[in-house]
Amino acid sequence: MIKIEGLKKSYVGRPVLQGIDLTVKAGEFLVVLGPSGAGKSTLLRCINGLVQPDAGRTVIDGTVFDAKRSVRGERPVAMIFQHHNLVKRLSVLKNVLVGRMAGLSSFLSMLQLFPRRDVDIAMECLTRVELAHKANARGDQLSGGEQQRVGIARALAQQPAVILCDEPVASLDPKTSRVVLGYLKAICKEEGIAVICNLHQVDYAVEFGERIVGLSGGKVIFDDTPDQLTSEIVHQIYPGLEDPGISRVLKPRPVAQPVLASPFIATATA
Amino acid sequence: MSFGTLQLVLRPPQGRFGWWGVSALSLATIVFLWWAALGSQINASNLWNGIPYMWDFLVRMMPPNPDFLDRLWKPALESLQVAVWGTLLGVVIALPICFFAARNLSPSPVVYHATRQVLNCMRGINEIILALIFVAAIGLGPFAGVLALAIHGAGMLGKFFAEAMEDIDEGPLEAFRSAGVGPFQTFFFGVLPQVLPTWLGTVFYRLETNVRQSTVLGMVGAGGIGFELVSSMKLFKYQDTATCILMILAMVLAADLISSRVRAMIR
Repeated sequence: MIKIEGLKKSYVGRPVLQGIDLTVKAGEFLVVLGPSGAGKSTLLRCINGLVQPDAGRTVIDGTVFDAKRSVRGERPVAMIFQHHNLVKRLSVLKNVLVGRMAGLSSFLSMLQLFPRRDVDIAMECLTRVELAHKANARGDQLSGGEQQRVGIARALAQQPAVILCDEPVASLDPKTSRVVLGYLKAICKEEGIAVICNLHQVDYAVEFGERIVGLSGGKVIFDDTPDQLTSEIVHQIYPGLEDPGISRVLKPRPVAQPVLASPFIATATA
Repeated sequence: MSFGTLQLVLRPPQGRFGWWGVSALSLATIVFLWWAALGSQINASNLWNGIPYMWDFLVRMMPPNPDFLDRLWKPALESLQVAVWGTLLGVVIALPICFFAARNLSPSPVVYHATRQVLNCMRGINEIILALIFVAAIGLGPFAGVLALAIHGAGMLGKFFAEAMEDIDEGPLEAFRSAGVGPFQTFFFGVLPQVLPTWLGTVFYRLETNVRQSTVLGMVGAGGIGFELVSSMKLFKYQDTATCILMILAMVLAADLISSRVRAMIR
């Protein structure tokens, strides 16, 4: 169970996060929706300490997470990035081993020597995203979707309690996006890892999210299951949005549900 | 303005002083160049009058003395040896410094600027002057030349190494940070793979430059083929001088060719 308590962050006087409280259960797929600049990225980076928050903390299974001091090799928070952030000239396997590196000797890894146990874990993670056969390919020989799957394997190699995803499919085509989100969802369910996933596509959020958090003006304005997400709330999250397509992916609200149109009325209006 | 059917199309100067400013600037440039020509005593008639002597010099160089090659092999190889170790020591000196000279990896702006200035000073002093200093300090011989090339080369290599690191994609470094990876492993697996091709290219370019420089270090007693060049001229053995010059040319061209081949391979 991951508890985020009272996260606050402001950049040169401009508040980005104004007190965020969230709880994510193990094996829960949480989607964070919000326009660019709403603080989605900052939220994730405050959770794992890439950005130092002004206030607040992350508690994982009852222990306060400290990005600087962790028990040797224990990295319970992993991250997946929009541009995958692989080292292009490094082999796929070594990119995945980066997830294990925090607990390994600098000297031995400099000599390209890694404990067999960690190599096995890395290979298992690659198998998990069905890229074991590409272990010796160079990072830049893979397609965008494959690179992001290596990014998932790298995060998985940390054996984390939670995976943070910062717009993981923003630079992928719709078909590849579904594949990548599918792998993430499966890993979340089967390994019991909590996933906090920033997205800006409402349709993916509704399809893959078990819970959706709407972020606006640095505050949580919605926190519920996808079927509670109405087009009013979507318009609150994205002010000024003019996209009639959005309402198609949302479940119609019971009140607004139209009476089943009879063929008679249909012909009468036609 | 138009000339018959032609029209002059010029964008009017956008500066505050318009055409007057452009005229003043052109005049200042002409005055400056004139001043520099006076100082350097550029003189067309001297050049013209010197042509017969230059011709005489060339004639006396012909034909190059092939027998002199027997004595030239050793100092020529010594020049190459000086160039190789001058480059290698330059890399060894530059490596620990360059991290502090890269804006994105340097611990603080003060350290960054200080290191940059140190590198500038190393690069600012010409190899020949450095060689004179080292000859005075440790005595005549090729090792003084090695040190001179190493110091000057380290200044250049350090700057280029640092600039290559400033250009890397920092996304992977963020991934390393979020996985809790320490600074040494981050360098070896996050930075080095990204800069290695550029770094190797720079090292080979430096080697090429050092081969060229090592052929003149002998003039100040720092070893290599340059000594033979100067002494043959002082003894008026111009045919030996010609052999020397041809040998230097061959070395420089070979270094150039090999270095550009290797650099093309790395890309």
